[in-house]
Amino acid sequence: MKLAKAIFGATAMSLAATVAFAESLTIATVNNGDMIRMQKLTDDFTKQTGHSVEWVTLEENVLRQRVTTDITTKGGQFDIMTIGMYETPIWGKNGWLVPLDDLSADYNADDILPAMKGGLSYDGTMFASPFYGESSMIMYRTDLMEKAGMEMPEAPSWSFIAKAARSMTDRDNEINGICLRGKAGWGEGGAFITAMSNSFGARWFDEDWNAQFDTREWSDTLNFFVNMMNDAGPPGYATNGFNENLSLFQQGKCGMWIDATVAASFVTNPDDSTVADKVGFSLAPDNGMGVRSNWLWAWALAIPAGTKKEAAAKEFIEWATSNSYIELVAEKEGWANVPPGARTSLYENPEYKDIPFAKMTLDSILSADPNNSTVDPSPYVGVQFAAIPEFAGIATEVSQEFSAAYAGQQTVAEALAKAQALTNDAMEAAGYR
Amino acid sequence: MATQQSRSAARLMMAPAVVLLLGWMLVPLSMTLYFSFKKYLPLRGGDLGWVGFENYSRFVSSSAFWPSVQTTLIIVGSVLLITVIFGVLLALLLDQPMWGQGIVRILVIAPFFVMPTVSALVWKNIFMDPVNGLFAHLWRVFGAEPVQWLSQASLPSLIMIVSWQWLPFATLILLTAIQSLDSEQLEAAEMDGASPLKRFWYIILPHLGRAITIVILIQTIFLLAVFAEIFVTTGGAFGTKTLTYLIFQRVLESQNVGLGSAGGVYAIILANIIALFLMRIVGKNLDA
Amino acid sequence: MARAVTQQRKIINTVLAWVIGLLIFFPILWTFLTSFKTEATAIADPPVFLFFDWTLENYTEVQNRSDYLKHFTNSVIIAVGSTILGVLIAIPAAWSMAFVPSKRTKDILLWMLSTKMLPAVGVLYPIYLIFIELRLLDSKIGLTIILMLINLPIIVWMLYTYFKEIPNEILEAARMDGATLKSEIFYVLTPMAVPGIASTVLLNVILAWNEAFWTLNLTAAKAAPLTAFIASYSSPEGLFYAKLSAASTMAIAPILIMGWFSQKQLVRGLTFGAVK
Repeated sequence: MKLAKAIFGATAMSLAATVAFAESLTIATVNNGDMIRMQKLTDDFTKQTGHSVEWVTLEENVLRQRVTTDITTKGGQFDIMTIGMYETPIWGKNGWLVPLDDLSADYNADDILPAMKGGLSYDGTMFASPFYGESSMIMYRTDLMEKAGMEMPEAPSWSFIAKAARSMTDRDNEINGICLRGKAGWGEGGAFITAMSNSFGARWFDEDWNAQFDTREWSDTLNFFVNMMNDAGPPGYATNGFNENLSLFQQGKCGMWIDATVAASFVTNPDDSTVADKVGFSLAPDNGMGVRSNWLWAWALAIPAGTKKEAAAKEFIEWATSNSYIELVAEKEGWANVPPGARTSLYENPEYKDIPFAKMTLDSILSADPNNSTVDPSPYVGVQFAAIPEFAGIATEVSQEFSAAYAGQQTVAEALAKAQALTNDAMEAAGYR
Repeated sequence: MATQQSRSAARLMMAPAVVLLLGWMLVPLSMTLYFSFKKYLPLRGGDLGWVGFENYSRFVSSSAFWPSVQTTLIIVGSVLLITVIFGVLLALLLDQPMWGQGIVRILVIAPFFVMPTVSALVWKNIFMDPVNGLFAHLWRVFGAEPVQWLSQASLPSLIMIVSWQWLPFATLILLTAIQSLDSEQLEAAEMDGASPLKRFWYIILPHLGRAITIVILIQTIFLLAVFAEIFVTTGGAFGTKTLTYLIFQRVLESQNVGLGSAGGVYAIILANIIALFLMRIVGKNLDA
Repeated sequence: MARAVTQQRKIINTVLAWVIGLLIFFPILWTFLTSFKTEATAIADPPVFLFFDWTLENYTEVQNRSDYLKHFTNSVIIAVGSTILGVLIAIPAAWSMAFVPSKRTKDILLWMLSTKMLPAVGVLYPIYLIFIELRLLDSKIGLTIILMLINLPIIVWMLYTYFKEIPNEILEAARMDGATLKSEIFYVLTPMAVPGIASTVLLNVILAWNEAFWTLNLTAAKAAPLTAFIASYSSPEGLFYAKLSAASTMAIAPILIMGWFSQKQLVRGLTFGAVK
């Protein structure tokens, strides 16, 4: 009897295995360099498992709009979605994602950096697996720093940065002392200014969810930013986001750039960067208040609940976010190009330790704490965002007001007043206040 | 003339188109109306009950509402003005004898075939970028400080991009209209010693009346819905948020379907006011 | 003397028209040229116009990254399909409006146009939910139907204006000869209206080809047309002008070429009854 059961079970399993064989997965992802590399390496996954993959590669804003519509309406268009630290806990809480707590032992989920795992979990369960993780740090031109007669400390302050930026600036030769994000959008300029404001002692909300843009801390943050950028930033910085600044830095037009740690491999890649051998790294600045201005983010793969291809989707996630994927990239493109910031073992790997930005990336990631990101206590989780569903909409509008101030269309005070009003209004509509 | 039989046949044949469009209008419209009276937040579990007119009052009382209506009207109005004026001038020019008329016409109509997304991307990056854009290079050649097009002259830049896309359409229709003008009438006027300006004002322009109306009507319909150009270039920042874009922000970025639907109803009302206004003119002009 | 003047005027006209024409066309030409440059040449200051090392590497890279042919085929099927479907539905309606007009004909026509003013973003959620129910998401059929509905008013209106130009007597003569309604429409009217129908088809293929809201939001992998293809090139990391130009050229070239080859049809037909 037992035997029969076992045989039956085995047949059922092998049947399930054959059924699961040769699925076709639809994966939505962002058009960032690391994802495009993953797309090119898909053949390796297909060879290993037999599953084929159809990619839907979209620009970040379009992707967000697309996957959010699909997940909230349970459209079921995608078997795997690429989402971030902001979406994961909210969607996980709503039960829209498949828990990733039963990945295979080979996968070694314990190896994932605790900061990443924490940010991609809800209530202790991981709902998305990090493809790469990032914080932000300073990337600077060692040659220009030397020319300015200054030396970058390992952990500089904002006043040092402002001074350095002004002395590195050489407008006649199109050298801007500092390039920072000013582009509207919560994930662009919004993320930067929020992380920066943390170090100035500002916060989005007080403990009763009242907007805090009428505080001195916010006005200090924004005035400091605008003054520095007007003196030492590139023209039109109000429309510059990550990509715009990256290409400016690669062309040698920026003295310093404070942005995502993943950019380190792009600015030091001699194929794309004209300044590859002249880049130094240090921690994002602080203002002497005990909080640095670096953020924490991960692009992660998640499976929408209700997909019929859950097993195959998990196989893909185990492939794409594993150590063997990292090795595969290292073998084909070199260690500098592997997806960073996701796994502890990568930073223990002797071959990776030689990479100039490895240590600074890890230090930056480890120094960001989503649960304790502001000087004064705040009711929300997240460093450069507040993990509530309303945040993306509000922060996009707020950052639009800020960008208008950067472009000189309104004063900082006007922008802050509008931000205060619209945030309180939206929070009221959502029922927080 | 038309028999009873052909009348009922006519009705029958009109039916598919009418029924389809009625469905296309009514189904989404009634769903939009339904949502607009609900607190509907997809990220908070969806339908959270009826809220009466709260969404409606919240949508208009938001500080972004009136500026967005204004921006919409400015964009639609300016693009119409630019395309009609330059369209007439260009059509007059293309109607003159010249060498290579066919090729020039090909060049002029080309922008009409370009996807709005592509045109916005190309303008934004390759031309208007303040550092690497072609305009910035050009400005620097003349020793001028490059203009920060999309942040400091955002609305004019946007109007320029959209006008570039629609100028060919206006030119084509107006050119066809000019070519149908009776040349004897013009020659007679010339013999009588009427100046070119007079000929234009008293003969050509009245003849173009219908064509201009058509241009305005068709373009208004499309211009009210301008979206990709804003999404790509400014993302609604720097005072380029139109009503359509504001609704997009409410529905998709803020994930407040109720509020966005109320906005949708306002947009429908605005569109209908404009439509009514237009149809008055067009209706008169179409009969002639 | 008069000849000399006209000759002179012709020269001025020619120069002026060519300058303006080239100016209008320049953005497209520049994009086309940039697509053959390397990324570094694409942003060179001063810009290089023609004398650079032409390369095809951007096209190879774009093709390696996204399956152009799939997106292209989808665009063709959706644009042509929706237009043909629309024309088939519109012909009878336009016939009855043109030849059996009633007091309400013009109202119906204008009402049809007004349905185009419904803001698409406002109804995205309802449509998305309906599409889930009908299992039409990411299907070419679903998209074809949506685009047909969007363009139907324009199609009806254009056909109506062409049909109106056809003398009623001809149809009456056919009727006298005992032609049925069906043969009247398909064997008498339609052949006479071929130029008009052709330009209607052309214009609507262009409009459907370029539609970027519904085509992006209702598709994923299978039915995604060229608008989705271009959405993955808008902001890649680092320098991307050359790759963007290559992708843009690939997305607009088919419709541009079609438009140019058929421009006589298009121009002749683009009157919307504006010309009498």
